[in-house]
Amino acid sequence: MALNATTRQPITLELMRGSPGRRRKERVVRGLFLAAALLGLLISVAIVLALAGQAIRWLLAIDLGWLWSEGWFPRADEFDLLTILAGTLMIAGIAMLVATPLGLGAAAYLSEYASPRTRRVLKPILETLASIPSVVLGYFALQWINPALVQKIFASAGTFNFLAAGLAVGILTVPLVASVAEDALHAVPGALREAAYGIGAKRKTVTTRVVFPSAVSGIVASLILGFSRAVGETMIVAIAAGATGGALRTFNPLERGTTMTGAISSLAIGSDRVRGSGFAFDSLYFVGLLLFVITFALNLVSERFVRRVRRQY
Amino acid sequence: MALVAPADTRAAVDLALRGRKRDLGGMLFRFGLLATLLVALAVLVILLSTILVDAWPTLSERGLDFVKSDTSSLPSRAGVWQGLIGSMILVGFVAVFALPVGIAAAIYLQEYARDTRVNRLLITNIRNLAGVPSVVYGILGLVVFVQALRAITGPGSNSGKSYISGGLTLAVLVMPIVILITMEALRAVPRGIREGAYGVGATRWEVVRSHVLPYAAPGVFTGAILALARAFGETAPLLLVGSVTGYLSTPSGRTPLEIVQGPYTALPTQIFAWSKLPASEWQSNTAAAIIVLLTAILVVNFLAIVLRNRYERTW
Repeated sequence: MALNATTRQPITLELMRGSPGRRRKERVVRGLFLAAALLGLLISVAIVLALAGQAIRWLLAIDLGWLWSEGWFPRADEFDLLTILAGTLMIAGIAMLVATPLGLGAAAYLSEYASPRTRRVLKPILETLASIPSVVLGYFALQWINPALVQKIFASAGTFNFLAAGLAVGILTVPLVASVAEDALHAVPGALREAAYGIGAKRKTVTTRVVFPSAVSGIVASLILGFSRAVGETMIVAIAAGATGGALRTFNPLERGTTMTGAISSLAIGSDRVRGSGFAFDSLYFVGLLLFVITFALNLVSERFVRRVRRQY
Repeated sequence: MALVAPADTRAAVDLALRGRKRDLGGMLFRFGLLATLLVALAVLVILLSTILVDAWPTLSERGLDFVKSDTSSLPSRAGVWQGLIGSMILVGFVAVFALPVGIAAAIYLQEYARDTRVNRLLITNIRNLAGVPSVVYGILGLVVFVQALRAITGPGSNSGKSYISGGLTLAVLVMPIVILITMEALRAVPRGIREGAYGVGATRWEVVRSHVLPYAAPGVFTGAILALARAFGETAPLLLVGSVTGYLSTPSGRTPLEIVQGPYTALPTQIFAWSKLPASEWQSNTAAAIIVLLTAILVVNFLAIVLRNRYERTW
């Protein structure tokens, strides 16, 4: 470049573009990264195609009356949708009864009360809880939550029931709710808190009357995400709710039964593939599609809420 | 004359400002919030101690023999060795496929992509993928890897239910998580760092490689470790892509390709299968296998947390 200046060679557009080698490398790298990003889109398309095609074929092949019967018994061609939907709702409902107070409480404490030092001690509790695989919580539900809590309180509860499974799913959901809600509380500007302190508000008042209302979109988002996670949880239900084979329709959380995810997993491991009228195994695609659509819709809604928080501040 | 209020005056002013009563409601609220975290801690402690107590008969009698034994229909001879190796091979697939692709996708979305409609859609899509239940990824793996790509994943008698199918399914499952965590780490690098590099004439890739990635590396690394730990404990999708839950024979003398195209088992699916067996010996085996699984996961997570606390910087 110094040479250019002394020989007064005119600066052309070509010179300003830089070396062709560097530009080529730049293009190649950019292309590779773009391809990686597009793979994410490909996965979504693949999921939809894999599920939708088979699910529609299954729906067209069966007698639609089978979708309404006394329970979910794939081998007997009884695919009662209400059974698995009610089970899923019970599990997710019970889970949210646990995860809402615990998750939001933990988020509020970490965001509004804890000093950086206590934060560093307390946050790993949630992180460790988040890292426990669901199959372990399933075992915990079966071997501790049920005998030590559920059956102590409700004598009529059997070895497998929705309540024990739902409580375990709730524990699993706590870290997710806490982390999304904490982000939302964190995003509330300090000036709002200071303004409230300035007119003499106590910390509790600031937390409940200023910070929580300002972060409400994010908190709603955390609860929806938690619900969606609970709807999709499989292993706890498969182990502790008694989701093997079939299940009668029930709305009683103390009884055993199955959910959408439980139905899929028991179809996958069971011998249903060979027995039944040939429709049993393929019902898995339909249930999978249903599950995908429900959780996808929930996630989209929560995303919308999260974006509202971001736009506000 | 210096206007210093005597101590008793200061106390009186303090009292007048704060009010005579202690703020009981505020204190209760604070302890209520703290209690939620203590409940979470209590759950963790009870969970770990229950499992340890349950596992004790197996662990004390068999010790390392339990870890080194293969699958068996006899509870006194069954062990987790095949499951442990299987899980490690599966995680290896995730590390090879999900990490590079996920990190590259995150770099594109965070560093290259402009804020257009299409790119926003890409990001929303990935966020949603991270929330899709893992069992749905299992169905995807069943359709794509086990059934459609059978010729590659497992041409033999096991009809596509192989390490390749299981590993790729887990890789697809974990990739959105890797992308999101990496994007977060990249976003935390301040603009000034990038602009400094652009200012001396670096191209975008040079900026990313020499300036952004080194600063984001601890975050990316931590995220990658957590994602691998997640894959290690994932159970539901493996049930769908055919992880063997009963007896598995692993003959020696196979080539690596034959192994990865052959039938497989994993620690979490073994735990699941055992947890369904009623005998008390199996319950103890299940708990012991959980101890092995948790030890691996918690050690890895602890490393990740230490790493983050050590290298995390705030700007």
